[in-house]
Amino acid sequence: MPEAPIAVAMSGGVDSSTVAALLVRQGRSIVGMTMQLWNQRRLPELMEGGASSAPGAGRCCSLDDVYDARRVAEQIGVPYYVVNFERQFEEQVVKPFVAEYLAGRTPIPCTLCNNYIKFDRFLEMADAVGAGLMATGHYARTRYDVASGRYQLLRAVDASKDQTYFLFGLTQQQLSRTLFPLGELTKPEVRELAQSMGLAVAAKSDSQEICFVPNGDYAAFMTAYLKESGAAPEATHGPILSTDGRRLGEHSGVHHFTVGQRRGLGLATGEPLYVISTNPQSQSVVVGGRDELLRGEFTARAVNWISVAGLAAPVRAEVKIRNKHTAAPATLFATGDPARVRVIFDDPQRAVTPGQGAVFYRADLVLGGGWIE
Amino acid sequence: MRSVQRFYFDHNATTPLAPEVLEVMVSCLGQVYGNASSIHYFGQAAKQRLEQARRELASFINANPAEIVFTGGGTEADNLALLGVLRARASETARHLITTAIEHPAVLATCAQLEREGVAVTRLRVGSGGVVQPDDVRRALRPETALISVMHANNELGAIQPIAEISRIAREAGVPLHVDGVQALGKIPVDVDELGVDLYSLSGHKIYAPKGVGALYVRKGTRLAPVSFGGHHERERRPGTENVPSIAALGAAATLAGRCLAGDAERLEALRDCLENAVLERIHGTGVNGSRWRRTPNTSNLYFDGVDGEAMVIGLDLRGFAVSTGAACSSGAITPSHVLTAIGLSGERARASLRFSLGRSNTAAQVDALVEALEFSVAHLRRISVNA
Repeated sequence: MPEAPIAVAMSGGVDSSTVAALLVRQGRSIVGMTMQLWNQRRLPELMEGGASSAPGAGRCCSLDDVYDARRVAEQIGVPYYVVNFERQFEEQVVKPFVAEYLAGRTPIPCTLCNNYIKFDRFLEMADAVGAGLMATGHYARTRYDVASGRYQLLRAVDASKDQTYFLFGLTQQQLSRTLFPLGELTKPEVRELAQSMGLAVAAKSDSQEICFVPNGDYAAFMTAYLKESGAAPEATHGPILSTDGRRLGEHSGVHHFTVGQRRGLGLATGEPLYVISTNPQSQSVVVGGRDELLRGEFTARAVNWISVAGLAAPVRAEVKIRNKHTAAPATLFATGDPARVRVIFDDPQRAVTPGQGAVFYRADLVLGGGWIE
Repeated sequence: MRSVQRFYFDHNATTPLAPEVLEVMVSCLGQVYGNASSIHYFGQAAKQRLEQARRELASFINANPAEIVFTGGGTEADNLALLGVLRARASETARHLITTAIEHPAVLATCAQLEREGVAVTRLRVGSGGVVQPDDVRRALRPETALISVMHANNELGAIQPIAEISRIAREAGVPLHVDGVQALGKIPVDVDELGVDLYSLSGHKIYAPKGVGALYVRKGTRLAPVSFGGHHERERRPGTENVPSIAALGAAATLAGRCLAGDAERLEALRDCLENAVLERIHGTGVNGSRWRRTPNTSNLYFDGVDGEAMVIGLDLRGFAVSTGAACSSGAITPSHVLTAIGLSGERARASLRFSLGRSNTAAQVDALVEALEFSVAHLRRISVNA
């Protein structure tokens, strides 16, 4: 084989399809691969119309998405394969996702998927089939910094589409082998490109929510998944408490709640109440007013450094604590453990939620990130 | 797709059309457009082609033409055999079926459906060679056994089952025997009388005829209820206007196979053995799945310890070699092959296995090139899995 091809992760959506087509247009040799991660038919009660309906369209790994990806590959004339990572996805994404929720935290499966599937298992498969690099449709930029000798990760030019929040776990090795061709483009530009290259998926709507959880209904997913695996949540109800310990009501399981949540509490009170914390040990959910959500600091664990090697001294950064959060000014302090970082905000932030990622930015540069304790 | 030279080693998945067969098919498509049930000239012309094909196919398997029911393929033939025999006895107490754990899904899934309809199913295990023991069939018999269904040759291993012995047992017990012969026809001699079978499924596209056509041999006197309805075609066993061009092609392919079988078998067996010996000698940590004896001459199933079969298939395809991890129908499945599991392979070794199935187009030079590509691929995959 002449030039080692680039393995393109093709989901059947407009972004990864455009990546594949762009690389071909640049004269690169590519192999398209779609990852089969989850079988929607496994939990039939979650499917619209119940067990008898066809696998949902526009959801994770639906036959429609594979059809679209295959069609694009055919159109641009590249080899295309579906690779099955269902086993790995369940072990490394779905099971931890469920365990985190049951432990009262709010996980981000997309980051786990990036760390363990898309930039690990997929890269291994790319290696295995003789591809040197991989490319995805993520909105992010990378560059090699000669001075530090590090591969850096930068926010996408299109701030509204930036996906670096989900990429904080990437290692130097992974970054050195990954291309994000859409990082310099805006979403409208990508759609226009897709249109101009005549891609069949140019007008396809964006995917939403967590791919394997239909309609974003985590609680229904967990109930169905735990029922299938024969393990029901241990206790399915408990008290809703005020921050000063008064019992305000009952709930049907802590995994239905996440910090900052306002709806679904089933409480009739004058002022709006928010979930302040959940405690799986006592099965209690603590609620309070909006300002009681404010936290001035937290500790991030399992920190991965990207654009810098680590913390020599306290460092100023903008810290983002969930995908829709606007990164807030803070100072990062080393702790005795290099994998743990203490984050102190200049101004307290609402809903610092255990289990979510905390990503440290300096302007566009992603310094690194970890998990909120 | 980049232009590489391409070699096809997946003939158990499907075969290309033989040129002679293509010619028959095209001429039928162009000229013989009548409905074989029509009274007029055009209908009669179609009927003649249909009956000629029936004679050709019957002669190839030593059957009477009246015992051939054309179907839309091997899967449909299997469905018709199992459902048809059980439904013909639906009102009786004969509600038990014996089959094996290594059947094609066309049989296994039909058995699962019959179970849902209240039929008891015994799935016989096989040994590490992939062969069912006739004594196990005898032991599984019950007074209410309505049918025994055992494949002639396994699609993944090529393992040939002792059909003649099983048919003697079936005959003694007065139980009809169905044999899925899709992977045997054209590769080894098939004589329905010598085998003593009552029903025999076969498929066009495994013998260089087109997809979408097959047949079920039904021995005269076998009770078989129809499973679809709508016309008197095929003696009311398979209604629907006959697909004359494909059926004519199947007849031509049968005639051709009758002529080529002995020569093909000898040549492909030598090539297959050459492939296996070279792999076993040049690549360590490899071995043959199933027995090397009593196999269809074109089939080889090998394991390559420490490699991911799926990655290997993709890597080989990018280099121009078409092979498979198992049955084409189950490619991409997360569960390892039910056949490899049934002969005792671990999930890991089953996922590290590849099937090579040779055919008329393969040459010694292609086999040499394949061995070289395998050597490269296995070394590459083992190197990166050590680094990972």
